[in-house]
Amino acid sequence: MRRSWILAATLGLALAAPAWAADTIKIGFNIPLTGDIPKVGESSKYAAEMLREDVNSKGGLKVGDKTYKLEFIYEDNESKAESAVTTALKLIEQDEVLAIVGPNSSKQAVPAGQVCDDNETPMISPWSTNPDTTKDRPWVFRAAFLDPFQGPVAVDFATKTFQAKTAAVIYDLSNDYSKGLAEIFKADFEKKHGAGSVVAFESHGTKDQDFSAQLTKIIAAKPDFIFVPDNYNQVALIVKQAHNLGWTGPFMGSDAWGSAELMELCGDDCKGHYFSTHYAAAGATGATKEFIERYKAKYGYTPDDVAALTWDATRIVLQAIQDTGGLTGDLDKDRKAIRDAMASIKEFDGITGKMRFDEQGDPIKCAVVVKINDQGEFVFTESVCP
Amino acid sequence: MSSQPTSVAVRPDGTAARPTAFQRWSVPALTLAGLAVLLWVGQSGALTKYTQTVIMFMAVNVIVSASLNLVNGYMGEFSCGHGGFMAVGAYVSSVLGVLLFAKDRVFGPPLLPPEWALVGFPLIVLVGGLAAALAGLLVAIPSFRTRGDYLAIITIAANYIVISAVENLDVIGGSRGFMGMKRVVKAMGRAWDLPWMLLWSFGFAVFTLWILRRFVYSTYGKGVMAICQDEVAAEIMSVNTNRMKVAAFMLSSGLAGVAGGLFAHIVGYVNPGSFGILKSTEALVMVYLGGMGSLSGSVLSAVLFTLLLEALRPLQIIKWIVVPLLLILLMQFRPEGILGNRELADVFPGLRRFFRFK
Repeated sequence: MRRSWILAATLGLALAAPAWAADTIKIGFNIPLTGDIPKVGESSKYAAEMLREDVNSKGGLKVGDKTYKLEFIYEDNESKAESAVTTALKLIEQDEVLAIVGPNSSKQAVPAGQVCDDNETPMISPWSTNPDTTKDRPWVFRAAFLDPFQGPVAVDFATKTFQAKTAAVIYDLSNDYSKGLAEIFKADFEKKHGAGSVVAFESHGTKDQDFSAQLTKIIAAKPDFIFVPDNYNQVALIVKQAHNLGWTGPFMGSDAWGSAELMELCGDDCKGHYFSTHYAAAGATGATKEFIERYKAKYGYTPDDVAALTWDATRIVLQAIQDTGGLTGDLDKDRKAIRDAMASIKEFDGITGKMRFDEQGDPIKCAVVVKINDQGEFVFTESVCP
Repeated sequence: MSSQPTSVAVRPDGTAARPTAFQRWSVPALTLAGLAVLLWVGQSGALTKYTQTVIMFMAVNVIVSASLNLVNGYMGEFSCGHGGFMAVGAYVSSVLGVLLFAKDRVFGPPLLPPEWALVGFPLIVLVGGLAAALAGLLVAIPSFRTRGDYLAIITIAANYIVISAVENLDVIGGSRGFMGMKRVVKAMGRAWDLPWMLLWSFGFAVFTLWILRRFVYSTYGKGVMAICQDEVAAEIMSVNTNRMKVAAFMLSSGLAGVAGGLFAHIVGYVNPGSFGILKSTEALVMVYLGGMGSLSGSVLSAVLFTLLLEALRPLQIIKWIVVPLLLILLMQFRPEGILGNRELADVFPGLRRFFRFK
């Protein structure tokens, strides 16, 4: 008896599917609400939710001569590759979305991009930096610049600002983003300053807590600065431990530093250091400033770059939908029209800078270098354009 | 519950003395029927690709949980490095597949005509399984001298060894991951337009269950259960325990490698991060959910677990409170798992009429 009850309950859960209203535009979000990086998913969801409320409170999105309400469907991909695939398929087939925003990390964006490309659904990843995500995939776009661009930005800035002749790098071996960026940086720095100018090139594991062995080696090599292309949680540990070991020189970081949580974890140790990123929250002007203030008022913290990039990515999708000049109601045709519109956007004025797409679907846009000031804010220092 | 069916001649242990024609052919017939249904489903589009993908992951999970059950359930050891063996299988079969049947940036043009993937695919999955079986020696040899908690730690270490090795191999992408398997799958589809991945996932799941059942209930394989009961006694009773352990560990990890190979070709992308300790934990959860030492339990729990994770999607973040809570409740009220050392036929004796379970 009890067994059949359990069976019935399971079946009931499996079959419970929500119903949809007409005259809406559905956009899917394939984001990590649980798993390793839930904060990233949360930022994406909050930014998108803010945009949806904006548009819907004004009556909806005008496409051609019809106005549609927006419906955003947030699906959790658990920060797992296989889950990103099923999530993408679910959004494409069950929810019949017009376009997908996400996934954010490359581990998921690469396989999900394959699924979207195979099923001819436009997808835009706000945050993924792996070239494979968009390579030879006409249906896949991204809103963030690539690592091969960010590496030279760090090299040029450090050379100019720190008058650096030598550098040291500490990076996360099992994080493809960190490793890729470290290698690009090393190649570019050595091209500029001669072989051997990167005096220490040390790696660590993702779950490591103690970096003293690597840092002792680095400090002994006496570099002009240390480049740390790591996630913010490790940055906090590395910077603190380096200071304890007697390091007083500058650090240079990458966009993975730019999380709302960095200052909570790192405190005074991170102040005065620089990193390259997508946008600067402090000292922002115009639309960027407005976005930051509204986000802060609504959710209680300064939006990080994922929030800003999701905002831009979603607006690009909406822009592309408007550029189609009218939806037919035929899902395949509309998706195709949106893809074509997205690929032919001339210039998009986003809050993370002006951008347009190259033939691979990667954006051509500027990076900014920010300084962490004494209040712990990320202050705009310099803009570097390709 | 335990009433014996009256229509069949019954041995003391509850199984029929000789299989009837019905018992003999029921499983092959069911398998063929299953394949036919999947073929129809794939060709007619009766189920969306999403549902098909869920079915494929279900099959992969069946292989993972059933193969881990051999070690954790039947042999009574505690292995928690199953993800590592999946990684070996996934990487070996992926690299082989791309090398042989697909054009790639790193490996250049395919060594064989892509149409041969049709025949080659099951072979590369099996080769991946073989490689994983060899990796299983990493755990099997230390198991001669250690047991229980100590062996469990060694299995975790084995998992980490594999993941770190892959992360440091830049030829296959390192932590960036490896892709191109979709081209192999597409080559199969071009050669003959059938839902190949669906068919092979199902086929390999059936193959796994068949081989495990044959092994566990064979005279030779009974040694595995003997080790579980009492290793010293088994040794005295002339069971070569070392050889038995090697066989069990290699079979178990080899099948995990097969699951990994399928997984890689379904997702179309592999990344060492996908086969970490989390994956091993999932495998463990499925084994204990289904019940140790029960093949039908493993199948049930793998299907249930996959369905549950998909069905609870609307709950979003709360899903990861609900799923572990369900596990705790299950362990509280039914610590032996869904079936626990019993097969489906012990719970529903009527099923014996159709199939011999042991």
